[in-house]
Amino acid sequence: MSIEIRNIVKAFGNFRAVDNVSLDLPKGELVALLGPSGCGKTTLLRIIAGLESADEGHVLFEGKDATSKHVRERQVGFVFQHYALFRHMSVFENVAFGLRVKPRATRPSEAQIRERVLRLLDLVQLSWLKDRFPAQLSGGQRQRIALARALAVEPQVLLLDEPFGALDAKVRKELRRWLRRLHDELHISSIFVTHDQEEALEVADRIVLMNKGHIEQIGTPRQIYEEPATSFAYSFIGNVNAFRGKVEGGYVRVGSDLLPHSRTDLSDGQPVIAYARPHDTEIVADGPAANGVAARVNRVLTNGNVSRVELIANGPDRGVAKDYFEVELGAEELAQLQLANGQRVRIQSRRLSVFEDQPLG
Amino acid sequence: MPRAHRVLPGFGLSLGFTLAYLSLIVLIPLSAVFIKSAGMEPARFWQVVTSERVVASYELSFGMSLLAAAINMVFGLLLAWTIVRYSFPGRKLIDALVDLPFALPTAVAGIALTAIYAPNGWIGQFLAPLGIKVAFGPAGVLVALVFIGLPFVVRTVQPILEDFESEFEEAAASLGASRFQTVRRVVLPALIPALLTGFALAFARAVGEYGSVIFIAGNIPMVSEITPLMIITRLEEFDYEGATAIASVMLLVSFVLLLIINSLQGWMSQRGRRIS
Amino acid sequence: MSGAVATLSGRAPSRETRFESRVATRDSTWVKTVVLTVSLSFFALFIVLPLVAVFVEGLRKGFGPYFAALVEPDAVSAIKLTLLAAAISVPLNLIFGLAAAWAIARFDFRGKQFLITLIDLPFSVSPVVAGLIYVLVFGAHGWFGSWLSDHNIRIIFAVPGIVLATIFVTVPFVARELIPLMQSQGRDEEEAAVTLGASGLKTFWRITLPNVKWALLYGVILCNARAMGEFGAVSVVSGHIRGETNTMPLHVEILYNEYQFAAAFAVASVLALLALVTLALKTYVEWQTERNAAPETE
Repeated sequence: MSIEIRNIVKAFGNFRAVDNVSLDLPKGELVALLGPSGCGKTTLLRIIAGLESADEGHVLFEGKDATSKHVRERQVGFVFQHYALFRHMSVFENVAFGLRVKPRATRPSEAQIRERVLRLLDLVQLSWLKDRFPAQLSGGQRQRIALARALAVEPQVLLLDEPFGALDAKVRKELRRWLRRLHDELHISSIFVTHDQEEALEVADRIVLMNKGHIEQIGTPRQIYEEPATSFAYSFIGNVNAFRGKVEGGYVRVGSDLLPHSRTDLSDGQPVIAYARPHDTEIVADGPAANGVAARVNRVLTNGNVSRVELIANGPDRGVAKDYFEVELGAEELAQLQLANGQRVRIQSRRLSVFEDQPLG
Repeated sequence: MPRAHRVLPGFGLSLGFTLAYLSLIVLIPLSAVFIKSAGMEPARFWQVVTSERVVASYELSFGMSLLAAAINMVFGLLLAWTIVRYSFPGRKLIDALVDLPFALPTAVAGIALTAIYAPNGWIGQFLAPLGIKVAFGPAGVLVALVFIGLPFVVRTVQPILEDFESEFEEAAASLGASRFQTVRRVVLPALIPALLTGFALAFARAVGEYGSVIFIAGNIPMVSEITPLMIITRLEEFDYEGATAIASVMLLVSFVLLLIINSLQGWMSQRGRRIS
Repeated sequence: MSGAVATLSGRAPSRETRFESRVATRDSTWVKTVVLTVSLSFFALFIVLPLVAVFVEGLRKGFGPYFAALVEPDAVSAIKLTLLAAAISVPLNLIFGLAAAWAIARFDFRGKQFLITLIDLPFSVSPVVAGLIYVLVFGAHGWFGSWLSDHNIRIIFAVPGIVLATIFVTVPFVARELIPLMQSQGRDEEEAAVTLGASGLKTFWRITLPNVKWALLYGVILCNARAMGEFGAVSVVSGHIRGETNTMPLHVEILYNEYQFAAAFAVASVLALLALVTLALKTYVEWQTERNAAPETE
C-alpha cells in the first residue's frame, strides 16, 4: 500500500517534534526513517500508525485519507521497540490475539486461527516456541514473535520502531538480514525507524533522513551516502572531515590555509562549512606555497589494502570544525608518501562539498 | 549463609538486636496464646471455639470481611484507575486522602460512620423510612469494613497501573482490539495479582478489625457480634481461657492469610520482573 | 482529537495524564464520565463524608463546648498519655527498624525472608489479640502475674501495658519502609566508604542515613499516627481508668458511650486533624522521594 504524508505537524508543548513533513512512499518498499534521537522519526511513525494524532496535516493510505481513522481500523502492523508482548499469554496466544479480537462476523474459526498462527510461527522459524511465555524468550526471539503477531492481522503496512535497538550487536546483524529477506518474500510496504545509519544503509530500499522535525533528504542508500544533499546529511552519514571557513574566490579560507572548491554560486566572505569523505581526502607535502589545510600525522593504521591516516589539526584556532582528520588511502599511495608520526603535511580534497554555514546552535 | 569475610561491620549487633526485640515484643507474647491453649482441656477448647455465639461471630466476621474485600476490589480498582488515568481537578488531593482509613484512628472512624448511618444519622434518617437499617446491624459491620479496607486495594493496584507501559495497549489497538477488549484481555490480566493481593490484605485487616466496627455494629448476640468482640466479652467475664481459645483460632487464620499474602506478593513481583 | 477530554475537565492538554494524551490508552468521554462519577461518589461516601461528620458533629454545640471538651482534665490526661505512648514506641521502633534493615539489607544469612515475614506479623494480628497476649503474660493470672504483684509492679491496666501494646502494633512501620529501599540501593556505597577508611558508625551516619532519610521519615510518620490512634490493643490492656489509663481514642469511646456525643466528636476531631496532618506530611515526603528519585522526568 502506498503511503502519502501531507504537511504533518506535531508539537509537544513548545517543542515541534514533527514540523510540516510531507512524504510519498511507494508500495512495497522497505523504508528507513533515519535520524538522531529527538529528530521526530518515532513520532512520525506513530502518527502514520494512528497511535499519535497529528496537530495538522493528513495521512493517506492508497490515496484515501486515513487521518481520522483510529489505530485499530488502520490495518497497520506495528512492532514496538520493546516488543510489547503480552506477558500473560503464550507465544501462540500472542500471535493469535489480533485474530481473536476480530468481530464475530469476520473472526476466523478456531481451526483457521490455529493454522494461520502456526504458519506465521513457521515463517519466523519459531514454531517450537509456541507454548512458551514471553519471559522465556531471548531478545531476538521476542522480536520475531512481535513481528509474527503484527503480521497475523494481514496488515497493509508494517511499521517497526527501532526494531533492532534492544538487541546486542551480533543478533542485530542477523536479524537485519533476516528482515530484509522476509521483506523480499512478503513485499509488504514497511517503514522502520532507526538511529543507526549502518542499519538503514544496509537494509532499506529508501532512506528518509530526518533532523529536528523535518526531512533533510530522501533517497536510496547509495544516494544518501554518495550525494548528501545538506550539511546535516554529510555530517550524519559516514565518516567525514569538516572544515569551517569563508569563501575567497575559488577557495575556502580555513584559518590561514586555502582549500580549492568548485562551487561558483557563493559570494566572497560567505561563511561556509566544507566536507570531504576520508577516501576523497588526500595528503600533500607541506610547503610555503602549497594549498590545503596544515595538519600533523598522528597515527597510521593499516588494515589489508586500505590504510587510514589520523591527523591532528596544526595548532589551535585554525577554524576547523573538528580538530582531527582522517584520510583513507591505498597501500601504494601510502608507501609513496613515506609518512612519519608527527610529520607536518597538508590535506585537501578532490571532492570538496561546500555548504553555507548556519550559525552555531 | 554469613559470608566468611564481611566488609561492613555490625552484623551480629544488628541481627541480635532485631531478633531479641522481635522475640520480646512479638514472638514470646504471641506464643502465650498457643501455650495457654495447649494447656486447655481439648473438650473445653472445642466447646469454646464452636459455641453457637462464637460460630455466629465467625460467620459474620468472615462473611462481611469477604464481602467488604470484594466491594473494595471493584471500587478500589475504579478509584485507582481514576487516580492514575484521568486528569480532573482535585486529583492529587484524592490521591492523598485515599490513605485516610490508615491514618484515621479506628475509633474515630467508628463513631463517624455511626453518626452517618444511625437511624437518625446523616444518611440513616433517609434509609430508615425505607426499612433499610445500616448501623446497629450486620450492614453496619460491612460499611465499617469497606471503609478500613479501601486503601489496601487502591494502593496495591495503583503502582502497577502507573507503571503499565502504554505499549501493551497500543499493541492491542494496532492489532484491532476494541478498547473494551484491550482492557479485558490485556490490562486486567496484568492487574490480577495486584487485585488479589489487595483483596487478601483488605480481608486480613477486616477479619481482625475492632475499633471501627464495635460502635456501628450494635453488637447484638448471634446477629452482629464480630469475633474480636467475643474475645473482649470473654475477657470482661475474666474467662481468660475462653478468650485465649478464640484468639488462637484468629491467630491461626492470620497466619494462613499471611502465608497467602506472601505468596501472592511473590507472584506479583515475579510478574512485574518478567519483561522489562 | 485530544481536545475532547481536556475540555471536559477544564484543563490544558499538557495536564493530561500520559494515558489520556495517547490515542490507544485514552478512554472515551462517556467511559471516563461514568468511571469518574462512580469512583468519586464512592470516595465521597466512604472517605469524605465520615471526615466531615467528625468535625460537624464535634462543633454541633458550638466552639465553647468544643474547646471545653478538649481542656477538661480527663481529656488533657488522655492527650498526655497518648503523647507518652507515642514518644516511647516511635523511637524504639525507629531503632528496631534501622537495626533490622541494616542486618537484612546489608548481609546475607539463612532465613532472611522468614525474618521479613515475622517483622510484618503484627500487621496481621487482630489488635484485640495483640492486647490479649500481654494480659496472658503480665496479667494477674498471667505468666509473670504473681511475681509482678509480689513486687508491686503493675503492667496490665496501667501505663506500661498501654505502651507495650502500642509498641507491638507499630513494630513493622519503620522496618518495612527501610528494608526494601536499602535492599534496592545495594551495599556498594557503604563498602566504598569502608574501603576509603570510614568507620562503621561513620559509614552508617554519613552514607546510609542520608540515603534513607525520606523513607525513614515516612515510616516514622505512619508509625506515629498508628501509635496515637491505636484503639483495640490498648483497650484490652487499659482498664479504662479515667484520668489514668485512658488514651485519646479510649477517651472518645468513654464519652461516646456516655452519650456525650459532641465532646466525643470534639476529641475525635483532634485525632482526625492528626490524621490529616499525617496524610499531608506523607504526601510531602512522597513528593520529595519522587523528586530525588527522578530529577529529570516531567
